[in-house]
Amino acid sequence: MEHIISILVENKFGVLARVAGLFSARGYNIESLSVAPTLDPETSMITIVTIGDDKIVEQIIKQLNKVVEVLKVTDLTETSHLDRETALIKINTNAKPEHRDEAIRICDIFRAKIVDSSPTTYTIEITGDVEKVEALINLLKPLGIKELIRTGRIAISREVAKVASRPQAVKA
Amino acid sequence: MKKSGAEIFVESLKQEGVDVLFGIPGGVVLKLFDVLHQQKDVEVILTRHEQGAAHMAEGYAKATGRAGVCLVTSGPGMTNIVTGLADAYMDSVPMVAFTGQVSTSLIGNDAFQEADNVGISRPCTKHNVLVKDVNDLARTIKEAFYIANTGRPGPVLVDIPKDITTDKAEFKYPDKVSLRGYNPTYEGNKYQIKQAAEEIMKAKKPVIYVGGGALFSDAADEILEMAELTQIPVTMTLMGLGSFPGTHPLSMGMLGMHGSYWSNMAMHHADLLIAVGARFDDRVTGKLADFSPVARVVHIDIDPTSIKKNVHAHIPIVGDVRTVLKQLNIILRSLDGNVNERKQQLKPWHNQIEEWKKAHPFKYQQDDKAIKPQYVIEKLFEMTHNEGIVATDVGQHQMWAAQYFKGKKPRTFITSGGLGTMGFGFPAALGAQRAYPDELVMCITSEGSFQMNLQELATAVIYKLPVKIVMLNNGHHGMVRQWQDLFYEGRYASSVLGKIPDFLKLGEAYGIPGWRAEKPADVESVIREGLKYKGPAIMDFQIYPFENCYPMIPAGGAQHEMVLEDPPDLKTKGGGSKKMEADDEGVLPA
Ligand SMILES: Cc1cc2nc3c(=O)[nH]c(=O)nc-3n(C[C@H](O)[C@H](O)[C@H](O)COP(=O)(O)OP(=O)(O)OC[C@H]3O[C@@H](n4cnc5c(N)ncnc54)[C@H](O)[C@@H]3O)c2cc1C
Ligand SMILES: Cc1ncc(C[n+]2csc(CCOP(=O)(O)OP(=O)(O)O)c2C)c(N)n1
Repeated sequence: MEHIISILVENKFGVLARVAGLFSARGYNIESLSVAPTLDPETSMITIVTIGDDKIVEQIIKQLNKVVEVLKVTDLTETSHLDRETALIKINTNAKPEHRDEAIRICDIFRAKIVDSSPTTYTIEITGDVEKVEALINLLKPLGIKELIRTGRIAISREVAKVASRPQAVKA
Repeated sequence: MKKSGAEIFVESLKQEGVDVLFGIPGGVVLKLFDVLHQQKDVEVILTRHEQGAAHMAEGYAKATGRAGVCLVTSGPGMTNIVTGLADAYMDSVPMVAFTGQVSTSLIGNDAFQEADNVGISRPCTKHNVLVKDVNDLARTIKEAFYIANTGRPGPVLVDIPKDITTDKAEFKYPDKVSLRGYNPTYEGNKYQIKQAAEEIMKAKKPVIYVGGGALFSDAADEILEMAELTQIPVTMTLMGLGSFPGTHPLSMGMLGMHGSYWSNMAMHHADLLIAVGARFDDRVTGKLADFSPVARVVHIDIDPTSIKKNVHAHIPIVGDVRTVLKQLNIILRSLDGNVNERKQQLKPWHNQIEEWKKAHPFKYQQDDKAIKPQYVIEKLFEMTHNEGIVATDVGQHQMWAAQYFKGKKPRTFITSGGLGTMGFGFPAALGAQRAYPDELVMCITSEGSFQMNLQELATAVIYKLPVKIVMLNNGHHGMVRQWQDLFYEGRYASSVLGKIPDFLKLGEAYGIPGWRAEKPADVESVIREGLKYKGPAIMDFQIYPFENCYPMIPAGGAQHEMVLEDPPDLKTKGGGSKKMEADDEGVLPA
C-alpha cells in the first residue's frame, strides 16, 4: 500500500543520498519526493511517497531512523493527515476557439489559477490533494496538455503527532 | 598555534588512544603518512594490499572490542577496502577507515585517482563523511570513533581531501560529541524485562540463543549467570561463539545450517526462545515458515531493525545485552532462589536434549589412511588446551572449526559470518596478533581462502606477528564442491584447485617454516612443531579431499530436517568416480 513518510533530517550533503539509497537498495520506487528547509535552517523535511509491502516499509522506516543525520521519521499514512501537491499545467488553447473558455470554466470548478497566458496557451496552477490534481489533469487532457510539472506531495499531520524523537519511535 | 590537517589527524588518533593503524600510502595521503612517520605513539603497519589492511583492522577490533583503524589512499586504495567495509558492516565490527581524496577543488573532475569514496561506501558503512574544511577534522574524527564504537558497532569512513591535510587550523579535540540524530538505547524497558522474566520462569522448553551482540556488549558473565540461575540450555550463532563456554554442561554449541543437531532440534521444539544479540539470520532459521513453530520469542537487541525483521518477537526489548541482562538477572534472582528445584523442573527438557545429542553427535571416521579435517581441529583444540585466539577463513574448514574448536572465552573466535569473505582469516589473525602480541593466534584456513590474501605473509614476517597458519588443504573449494556433490550431481564446476602452490616452498620464500602432514599419524607432530616455533609458521594438512561437513540444513530446508551424512548414492554420481579412487587407495588425486 501507499505510504507517505516525513523525514526530518539535518541539513547536510549526502543525507538525501543515504535516505534514497534505503529505498533503491530494495528495488522500491520513490513515487514522489520533496525536500525543503524547516523553520530551523539547520534541518530539512523530506517527504517521500512510496508504494510497498507494509512489513518492508516498516523495515525501511527503522533503517531511516538509524541514519545518523535523521532526526525523526513519521509514517503519516498511519495518522490523520493532510497532503497537498502543486502542479503547473501548460495547455494548448488553439485547437478549437472554444477551448480557451472551456479551460477557464474547468479552472473555476477546481479553483485553479491561470498564472500565465499566451495567444496559444494557458499555464494553470493547481494545489490540492492527489485526487483533485489528477481530476483536473484528466479534464484538461482533451484540450491538449503541452507540459506538466508536479511538485510531489507534502503532508502534515492533523493533530500533534505522537512520534517522539528516535529511538523511542520504534514501539518496543 | 595552528596545526596542519595531518597533524590534527595524528593528534586526534592519539586522543582516541589508537596505538596502531594498518594501511598503504599514496599521493593524496603522503602528508598523513609523513606526520605518522615522525612520531611513535601510533604504529603504522604497512600491509601488502589494502584489503589486508581492512581485515587486519577488523581482526584487531574483534579481538579487543575497540575500533580498528586503517588508512589508505584515494581511488584504488579506497576501492580495495570495500570488501573489508562490507564485511565489517555485516558483522557489526567497529572500524574507522580513513581514505585519501583528491583536493577539494578537483572533486568531481575525474581527477587522477579520484573515486566517489563516500558514494561507493555509503551502503556498506554505518556512517561516512567527506571532510570539506580542516576546522571540522578533529570533530569529525571524534564522531567517527564514537559512532563506530557505540550502539550497534560498525565501520565509519572518513574521507580526507589532500588540501585538508595541509590546511591549518587551531587544534582542540572536543571532549564530547553531540549528535542530534544518534542516540542508541542501552537500558531496556523495565516492564518488558519483567514480562520476560515471568515467561522465562514459566517455560518448560526454553532455549537461550546467543549472537554476536553478546560479545560486543561484553556480556559473557551475565549470560553465564542467567543460564545457571535458570538452568536453560544455551546455543550460539557462529558470531556468538565464545560468549558462553563451549564446554559448559548447558552449552549446546552452535546452531543453524551446520550447527549441532541437538541445538536445532531444541530450537524447533522450544516453547520459549530468549534471543540475545542475535539477528535470526537465514543460516540460523532455515525455512522461516517452519522455524520454531510453537516458541514465544523474547528478543533483546540494541538495534530496532533487527527485531521483528525475520521472526516475530512477542517480547521485544531494545537495549544493550549486558545492561538488559543485568536488569533481568536481578529479577530472576529474586524469583528463583532455588537452582535445584529449577533443574528438577527442566529435567525432562534436559533429558530430551541429551537424547538428541546421543542420537546424532558430531561424528567422523578417522582411519589410518587419509587425514580427516575434523581430526586435525580436534587435536589442535586438545593440544592448545583451549588457549589462544582462532581466526578462520570461509568454507568447510570454518564450519569444522566452529563445531570442534569449543572456545571458552569471548573474542577468541574471529570469523566472517555475514558476508562470508574468503581471504578474511589470515589478515584478521594478524590484526588480532598485533593486539595481543603474546597470545597464541591461529588462522584456520584452506588453500582457496588463503590464496586470496597470502601476500600478507610478508607483513607477518616484517612485523613479527607469529600467527600459526593451520591449512586444511583439500585441493578444492571444499564448500562449493560439497554443494555440487549434494545438489549438482557431483559436477565439480570450477571448484577444483589442485595441489598448487606448494605452501611449504611458498613459506620458504618468505622465510616462514612449515610442516606437512600427509597421514593421520603425522598430525600430532606437525601441530607440535608448528606451535613450538617462535615465529609465524605453516602447518599444511593434506586432508581427505571429499569430506563433507555435517550435519547440514540444506538451503530452503527446515531446522529440524537436518541431513546427517552423505546420502548413500553420493559415490555413484558425477565426481564420485574420483572420490571412489581416493577411497580405495587412500591417496589424494593429483
Ligand atoms: C559458510 C558459512 C556458513 C555459516 N553457517 C552458519 C551456521 O551454521 N550457524 C550460524 O549461526 N551462522 C552461520 N553462518 C553465519 C551467518 O551467516 C550469520 O553471520 C550469523 O548467523 C549471524 O549471527 P548473529 O545472529 O549472532 O548476528 P551478528 O551479525 O553477530 O549481529 C549481532 C546482533 O546483535 C546486535 N547487537 C550488537 N551490539 C549489541 C549490544 N551491545 N546489545 C544488544 N544487541 C547488540 C546487532 O544489532 C545484531 O542484531 C555461516 C556463515 C558462513 C560464511
Ligand atoms: C571472496 C569470496 N568468493 C567466493 C566465495 C564463495 N565460496 C564460499 S566457500 C568457497 C570455497 C572455500 O574454499 P576453501 O577456502 O578452500 O575452503 P574449504 O571449503 O575447502 O574448507 C567459495 C568459493 C566466498 N565466500 N568469498
